[in-house]
Amino acid sequence: MSVRVGKAAEAPTFAQAARGMLGNAQLRHNVRHATDVIRARRAHAVGETADWQQLRDSARAIKDHVLRHLDTYLEQFETACKAAGGKVHWARDADEANTAIVDIIRSHGGTEVIKVKTMTSDETGLNPALEAAGITPIETDLADLIIQLGADKPSHIVVPALHRNKAEIRRLFMEKMQLPELGERAEDLAGAARRYLRERFLRVPVGLSGANFAIAESGSLCVVESEGNGRMCLSLPKVLVSLVGIEKIIPTFGDLEVFLQLLGRSATGERMNPYNSIWSGVTAGDGPQEFHVVLLDNGRTGVLTEPETRPTLACIRCGACLNICPVYRQTGGHAYGSIYAGPIGAILTPQLQSMKHSQSLPFASTLCGACYEVCPVKIDIPEILLHLRNKVVKSGGAPLAERLAMRFAARAFKNGGRLESAQKLVRIAQKPYVHSGSIERLPGMLANWTQFRDLAAVPAESFRQWWAARQNKEKK
Amino acid sequence: MNVTLFITCYNDTLFPATGKAVVAVLERLGHTVDFPQAQTCCGQMHYNTGYQNDARHMMMHFLKVFRDAEIVCVPSASCVAMMREHFPKMAAAMPDAAVGRDVTAMLPRVYEFCELLVDKLRSVDTGATFPHTVTLHSTCHSLRGTKIGERPLQLLRAVRGLSYVELPQADQCCGFGGTFSIKNADVSAALLSDKVRAILDTQAEVCTAVDNSCLMHIGGALSRQRAGVRCLHLAEILASTSGEPA
Repeated sequence: MSVRVGKAAEAPTFAQAARGMLGNAQLRHNVRHATDVIRARRAHAVGETADWQQLRDSARAIKDHVLRHLDTYLEQFETACKAAGGKVHWARDADEANTAIVDIIRSHGGTEVIKVKTMTSDETGLNPALEAAGITPIETDLADLIIQLGADKPSHIVVPALHRNKAEIRRLFMEKMQLPELGERAEDLAGAARRYLRERFLRVPVGLSGANFAIAESGSLCVVESEGNGRMCLSLPKVLVSLVGIEKIIPTFGDLEVFLQLLGRSATGERMNPYNSIWSGVTAGDGPQEFHVVLLDNGRTGVLTEPETRPTLACIRCGACLNICPVYRQTGGHAYGSIYAGPIGAILTPQLQSMKHSQSLPFASTLCGACYEVCPVKIDIPEILLHLRNKVVKSGGAPLAERLAMRFAARAFKNGGRLESAQKLVRIAQKPYVHSGSIERLPGMLANWTQFRDLAAVPAESFRQWWAARQNKEKK
Repeated sequence: MNVTLFITCYNDTLFPATGKAVVAVLERLGHTVDFPQAQTCCGQMHYNTGYQNDARHMMMHFLKVFRDAEIVCVPSASCVAMMREHFPKMAAAMPDAAVGRDVTAMLPRVYEFCELLVDKLRSVDTGATFPHTVTLHSTCHSLRGTKIGERPLQLLRAVRGLSYVELPQADQCCGFGGTFSIKNADVSAALLSDKVRAILDTQAEVCTAVDNSCLMHIGGALSRQRAGVRCLHLAEILASTSGEPA
């Protein structure tokens, strides 16, 4: 088994990566601006939906039900998809998925593939695998195209090029599309991308997509998008391959009613996504005449086994938790070292890798709780972060200085007498560092505090001492 | 009424003035205050950093110390959130079902300081005087954990001489996050820098909140920048009188 999430296993710790991002003023400005805009739109779209909380409850109930009976629904999906003329492939890990996809494209002698809406292919590292097999992947989602042309990495699960502004994109297009002239308006940039992509849509015979939902009863897939490039990618090629994580299953077509109301509003603040493509198998004379689904596990069944972490798989990838997250707002997505950034990435990425990598991610949160509040499927992300933190500590992943400090504190908190002794000890220990009641420099781990903030010294008398003295006075 | 004070470990150690202020307010309103010397910590720091086994011991100690208390007053929204959100879960994971029953019996008697004044004691006007311009940092745990909402503002509005100025982007985290401020110091500082900018923009003399943990963080930066803005726990403002100003 080679479960992997892109190159997350080799990524630096969140703190290290974030430090680099914080120094990039342009990136921070772009991320702040973009998340502020989407946040406001989402708040408006959610505010006008009277039954928002009920929708959230319904979505969560459907997802909980599916996750408890995932085996049944996956087999139902397979049967229905085959009956509709589709072919189903099962992939235990990233390599199996990539191999299956390469084989399908090769069997058609393809040297190019047009791609849309498949974050999961970033998870499996599909593009490098395709290139190694002599197949050129062409990203057709506008933001993914920007990322591909710039040899960049996605920084957001819905808006992958969120960290880029118009001026940067214009320069990139002029260079990579070899355009001597290009206007500065968004329409000009979209026009350039349209001309570049249309030619490829008509030329390339194999398309590759992801899916937002896989409907068990009919074997259908559903992709939602804003541009129409997805629709082209899903309907123009002769052969279509869809890479789908096994958690994307919903039982019935009717369940889409709940999810499509939640997804558009949560992701982009739209009442409905402009393009909603739903297809089942193949239809003679209409659309792709050969259709494959690759169902991917890649660590998901491991996440499923624990009741505490299982809700992670309920995620519908709307990105609302990224947009609301104060930490993401400062760092952008690259600091998370994974295609899955932000709060959901902080719980999903390490879990897919069985907690063997990306152990710093569960700590990349202030536990402010904003992510839980906006999550359309009510994933209690802070609670899962805490569960994962506990796992990291139990497996010995915490730094020694921290473990010692926590042990010292735990002993002090055993009873009031011990706490009073510890307070006295700290008062003595702090002496060399206190200047006029304030501490401006501390050693070791604590230097991370004093690097940016002063610390008021521990006062001569604790509350408990004051109280004891007061009680004594009253007795006399 | 008889109020038993859970002062919290960091108020006890670092911010005794807040505890004294809570005592002053409650006694001025005619209540009796008790402070069990055996108390220590609710376990929040350990629990949130991943040391949940240690936190469980602290919960057990808390339950023992406050078992007979009629009303437990806690001048920290985050400690109250810790108890309400995590005590039941920790208890549920323990073999002894009695712990769960103890937690269920205990929690309705636990009040955050503002909740106690507004909901239980019905004393929005604490008789305070504080002739200064004040802004309020709404801590994450007061917004989302305990949902204290408008109560701090109600209390501030009743203070004589106080001029309140709203903090822009009040729902934004200050970046403290307990050990997050140490483990992810750079990101924490970036969040803090936004918060400090918002506070300075208000021209307030004092920034208040219902948690000294956030205030220690914000105040640490204001002090480092020599910004000349004071951080004061809400209780200290409510205790302030013209005779004994905060």
